[in-house]
Amino acid sequence: MTRFSWAALARGALRGHRAWTPQWRSPDRPQPDYDAVIVGGGGHGLATAYYLAKEYRLGRIAVLEKGWIGGGNTGRNTTIIRSNYLFPESAALYDHAVQLWEGLSAELNYNVMFSPRGVLMLAHSHHDVQSGLRHVHANRLAGVDNEWLTPAEAKAFCPPLDIATPRWPVFGAALQRRGGVARHDAVAWGYARAASALGVDIIEGCEVTGITRDAAGVTGLETSKGPVRARRIGVVAAGSTSLVMAMAGLRMPLESFPLQALVSEPVKPVFPCVVMSNTVHAYISQSDKGELVIGAGTDQYPSYSQAGGVQILGHTLEAICELFPIFRRMRMLRAWGGIVDVTPDRSPIIGLTPVPGLFVNCGWGTGGFKATPGSGHVFAATIARGEPHPIAAPFSLDRFTTGQLIDEAAAAAVAH
Amino acid sequence: MRLPEGGRIDRSQPLRFTFDGRAYRGFAGDTLASALLANGITLFGRSFKYHRPRGLLAAGAEEPNALVELDRGPGRREPNIPATLVPLEEGLVARSQNRWPSLRADLASVAGLAAPLLPAGFYYKTFIGPGREAWHRRWEPLIRRMAGLGRAPAAPDPDHYANRFAHCEVLVVGAGPAGIAAALAAAEAGGRVILCEAGTEPGGQLLATPEAMVEGQPASDWLAARVAAIRAHPRIRLLTRTTTFHYGLQNYLCLAEALDRPDGLRERLWQVRTARVVLATGAYERPIPFAGNDRPGVMLAEAARAYAGRWAVLPGRRAVLLAAHDSGYAAAFALADRGVGLAAILDLRATPPPDLAAQAPARGIRLLAGHGVAGTRGGTRLTGVLAAPLRADGVPDATRAEAIPCDLLLMAGGWTPDIQLFSQSRGRARWDAALDAFLPGESVQDLACAGACNGSLDLAEALAEGAAAGRGEAWAPPPRRSTALPARAIAAGALGARKAFVDFQNDVTTADIALAVREGFRSIEHVKRYTTTGMATDQGKAGGLMGLAVAAAAQGVDLPELGLTTFRPPTMPVNFGTLAGRHRGPLFEPLRTAPLHGWAGARGAEFEPVGPWLRARAFPRTGESAEAAVARECRAVREAAGLLDASTLGKIEVVGPDAAEFLERCYVNALHRLQPGRCRYALLLREDGFLYDDGVIARLAPDRFHVTTTTGGAARVLHLLEDYRQTEWPDLQVWLTSTTEHWAVLAVQGPASRAVLAPLVEGIDLAALPHMGVAEGRVAGIPARLFRLSFTGELGYEVNVTAGQAEALRAALFEAGAPHGLTPYGTEAMHVLRAEKGYVIVGQDSDGTVTPDDLGLGWCIGRAKRDFIGKRGLERAGMQGPGRRQLVGLAPDGDWLPEEGAQLLPAAEARAAEGHVTSAYRSAWLGRPIALGLLAGGRGRMGERVFATRRDGTPAPLRIVPPVFHDPEGKRLHG
Ligand SMILES: Cc1cc2nc3c(=O)[nH]c(=O)nc-3n(C[C@H](O)[C@H](O)[C@H](O)COP(=O)(O)OP(=O)(O)OC[C@H]3O[C@@H](n4cnc5c(N)ncnc54)[C@H](O)[C@@H]3O)c2cc1C
Repeated sequence: MTRFSWAALARGALRGHRAWTPQWRSPDRPQPDYDAVIVGGGGHGLATAYYLAKEYRLGRIAVLEKGWIGGGNTGRNTTIIRSNYLFPESAALYDHAVQLWEGLSAELNYNVMFSPRGVLMLAHSHHDVQSGLRHVHANRLAGVDNEWLTPAEAKAFCPPLDIATPRWPVFGAALQRRGGVARHDAVAWGYARAASALGVDIIEGCEVTGITRDAAGVTGLETSKGPVRARRIGVVAAGSTSLVMAMAGLRMPLESFPLQALVSEPVKPVFPCVVMSNTVHAYISQSDKGELVIGAGTDQYPSYSQAGGVQILGHTLEAICELFPIFRRMRMLRAWGGIVDVTPDRSPIIGLTPVPGLFVNCGWGTGGFKATPGSGHVFAATIARGEPHPIAAPFSLDRFTTGQLIDEAAAAAVAH
Repeated sequence: MRLPEGGRIDRSQPLRFTFDGRAYRGFAGDTLASALLANGITLFGRSFKYHRPRGLLAAGAEEPNALVELDRGPGRREPNIPATLVPLEEGLVARSQNRWPSLRADLASVAGLAAPLLPAGFYYKTFIGPGREAWHRRWEPLIRRMAGLGRAPAAPDPDHYANRFAHCEVLVVGAGPAGIAAALAAAEAGGRVILCEAGTEPGGQLLATPEAMVEGQPASDWLAARVAAIRAHPRIRLLTRTTTFHYGLQNYLCLAEALDRPDGLRERLWQVRTARVVLATGAYERPIPFAGNDRPGVMLAEAARAYAGRWAVLPGRRAVLLAAHDSGYAAAFALADRGVGLAAILDLRATPPPDLAAQAPARGIRLLAGHGVAGTRGGTRLTGVLAAPLRADGVPDATRAEAIPCDLLLMAGGWTPDIQLFSQSRGRARWDAALDAFLPGESVQDLACAGACNGSLDLAEALAEGAAAGRGEAWAPPPRRSTALPARAIAAGALGARKAFVDFQNDVTTADIALAVREGFRSIEHVKRYTTTGMATDQGKAGGLMGLAVAAAAQGVDLPELGLTTFRPPTMPVNFGTLAGRHRGPLFEPLRTAPLHGWAGARGAEFEPVGPWLRARAFPRTGESAEAAVARECRAVREAAGLLDASTLGKIEVVGPDAAEFLERCYVNALHRLQPGRCRYALLLREDGFLYDDGVIARLAPDRFHVTTTTGGAARVLHLLEDYRQTEWPDLQVWLTSTTEHWAVLAVQGPASRAVLAPLVEGIDLAALPHMGVAEGRVAGIPARLFRLSFTGELGYEVNVTAGQAEALRAALFEAGAPHGLTPYGTEAMHVLRAEKGYVIVGQDSDGTVTPDDLGLGWCIGRAKRDFIGKRGLERAGMQGPGRRQLVGLAPDGDWLPEEGAQLLPAAEARAAEGHVTSAYRSAWLGRPIALGLLAGGRGRMGERVFATRRDGTPAPLRIVPPVFHDPEGKRLHG
């Protein structure tokens, strides 16, 4: 792997940039057998493979991706990163990720453009204030930064914000300064490049169509590029998880919904941070390119169609224009959807399954991008050791039968 | 230069406008682009990354370069508008963007010098270390300032936007010849037709080619007759300046109509549901990649022809045509006929079609077959091209180049049908090798494509196909053969060229794409994301296909093997305001007010938003603080009587022979035994066993229930119940009706409440009405449902009358109540009163992680019940047991108030929370602060101390007490 740097770029320039080589190896087809196979080449799957190779030196590892890596929700999300979750289990998981984000560009030698520009979560009613303050108190106790701003302070932090809209004036805001955004594609590519350099096979255009098992557990997979033997399989397939797990005969407690996002045309820097308002369903930041990146809500009905209703976008833009009236004349350039997999308690599932050798990492719903490094890291440990990493342990599949739920959304009505 | 005559401009209507502060003149019918061009302006903007000088590439929606800022006064400033799409208007103020200090001398163009260091994706390889903060603090702000094109508006938009729904039999998108033919044919066949056209007038391609002959007539005559027929047709609605930007399922399409009316109505969103769709969206000409192809003066051939034909402007004096497709010849000849000197034709093909080849010498024009462009000359304006013979590999041989002076270079790279909407409709594109283009393939909705967007570039074919599509008939094109040089071959010859742009706006060159491929980005989606090709504001309309061709050439595969990138809506950028429509300010979300709202306002009430409602929080008297008012209101209820407008409570009438059975299955309570005339406090859970809502269920008759919900829960509870009724138990005979706004609820609470009501009540034995009883009768002569309920801990009643009678009832109550000290109270007093009594508020003292037992409400659950929603969920081990967080009262040591949301700790220095404070108030009645909280194993820890976190970092102690602070025996309730 050529190390990336300005010096490397300058050397490249001298040779007309003709000497660069593929950032990751792309074998056309998988080997007949592997020590571990990851199904799904999104950020989480690639991160899992990377940490398996780097920290657990697991031998031969493959990532099988039906399309192109990062083409799922990883490449479709609004990249909000934060860790000020209410419950200690969640805060531990997401803060583990934020800590990894902070050093990720250097770790991967790939600029993932993690930009801790601060995430502001608005309160629009007395009830929102109660909930926001509860988070602030809980986070501080857990050592996760989160501070409470008055409306005037929120306005100072985000000047385009209108704190006195007629319908939902701003009552206050929680601010996590370490939160921010990152470049989604770079996360997939950076992990792929680093994993590939450690010997991981990344096979694109390779759809998993079956999972084979015997009495002792999983034995391998059927794929569009032929069968593969493996005694350890990690499924990280986001919106398609139910379909993949059904191949092993497991029914997952998941529902899949379209979730949409949009960007405006690029403009000069105007929006300094990330703002989320769960009450009016608006999530917004500005990308390095200058586009306003705006997240919408999910459709109300489960579906696998990667296009949600236009009225959902309309509703989001109503909220955006209300909170930021100067954006009413901005224009929507692109809109798209992704399929998010939602668990009954809206927290992810990371861990073992009833089938030995089969592991699953899913249920990230509308908010898993922020967890990518942490999720990959604890999932790799779980696969390597055959038992849950301590941070992953509370997020077991069986919590839906034991009732040990971790329901952030119910506790706070928070998405993303 | 403006021609002395011709064009579709109105020379009797001159218009003044400014660009970058200088005044210019144009005519009605001009676009900003044509008017500037007529004034000799050729430099329009600066590119995104290298800030290279750019001129007009196109004349329509595909324009990537000439983006301007429009300024129509405060709040009416818009960035990134293609000058080609701006109809000129009197006093228009336009500015160039992305340059400093001026368009001509843009300092940031030094970025161009560093270009070798800034290839595609350079930012992924750099700014990686050493300091974590370096990227965010130092580099990112710099990159951000360099990027970003125009400026966002600075003030709120004063204009407004409308929304309209429409239905029709046929929606025709695009009013070029094919669309016009389709609309007329469809209307003749009897259907209602909407014909939508993005431009200012119908005509499409014909507007640019007045010299063409259509069905034996000059194009302008043919067009005038057709447009007159369309306008006169009773079944055709013609919408100009209207762009169809979204194609959804079941032929649902969204159109944005630009109005710019003087009354401030700026745009209208049309949501159209149609039986059939005809897409006649035309095709875009392909630019050709070669070294220096972005210099101002290099233009699409058809665009140059349009400037001359439609706007009577010559984009240059001396032109060179670079052709890969026959269509360039016609365009160049048309320009020559209008006075542009044609210096040479460079045809990338070794043997151009003989008929065309013969025409050039006949016109005295040099034809250099098998030639390309090895470079361009000039600064911010083209002064010449280097014509070079192509080597065997298709690359121009620079060593044999000849400089040809010219100020206009026409590119004719072939045509890309506009299949964006087709693709959005979920149809699959297919590669047509003969036409060297992706065409609409099989469609999954009832739609037809006609004209250039379907590959029918020939006018007669387009008309025939359009008419057939309008009638809903099939039409098979004649066999097609193209003599054009395929895009893939053009691309192969440009792979090694320096600064051969593919995506002009985003500054993506053939070398960038080749680099991406070299670095392993093989999927076209990867190439697109790595290089950003096709992601500019023109969405790759102009350069998209050439980008694919370059990627295919770099990989050595055929173009169709790569496939297409997904077309994402919208087809053209749409104003946020258009999508948001009228949902703005007070109409953003309807704000609901209670029946006594007006009266409360007149009484000086302070209001607060609660769910969708605005409620009176307190009624401070003149000079009284809100806190004092709340204390006074509480005292009035405890000592005499108070009146609360409780109308916002959700209400559902549940009726039918199976009403009892239905509620029994939904709510946790045993309701079968509930007698008519009695009420029960009831809990509704989610499937997972957690509390969803609470309320009172009153049985009015064996088959009729009056069910209340929380204020915020009204809609979602009805939805949940309807969901179960319709999907789980459709066999039950039961009907649900929301009566939230039907009933006004005036709560009269306090020891004197019975005395207040007694003289007003008819037909009900008030003394005999027990706590949790309900009866129907009259109150103050008004038909009423009278409940004896208390959310204060005092004797209390809730009078329900139809909302229109609320005022009359209020007046009567205050009249009767005056001697008893009846006092209005608001939601804050209500909160304090209920907290003193330990009554929970669902959503405040509970969240979605709380079971009935956690709140001490386990007694509500009908133990013998076989099932109810959430029963199985509740039986899980984790939902039970002493360790769960339980509702407790908390008595602060000393006179301080914990913050709602504060975490509860076993010791001041502990880090792991055991619960949190859910409610906290200063109780004037009790003379001390009180709080409620959820605490692990709380009910078993009475008398212990816990610590509540405070934002100053010093947790403070509280005593754990039972949650009922006032009248624990409940004597007053039954009084
Ligand atoms: C519009 C939108 C906005 C969002 N905004 C945010 C946000 O702001 N912040 C945040 O934290 N999160 C956000 N999310 C959620 C976030 O995107 C996801 O939680 C996260 O990216 C999931 O990553 P992943 O790697 O698990 O999934 P993915 O990236 O979807 O990867 C799963 C991969 O599995 C592959 N696959 C599926 N089936 C098979 C098969 N049979 N064989 C082989 N491969 C298969 C898919 O092709 C896919 O590439 C958003 C999501 C969407 C859709």
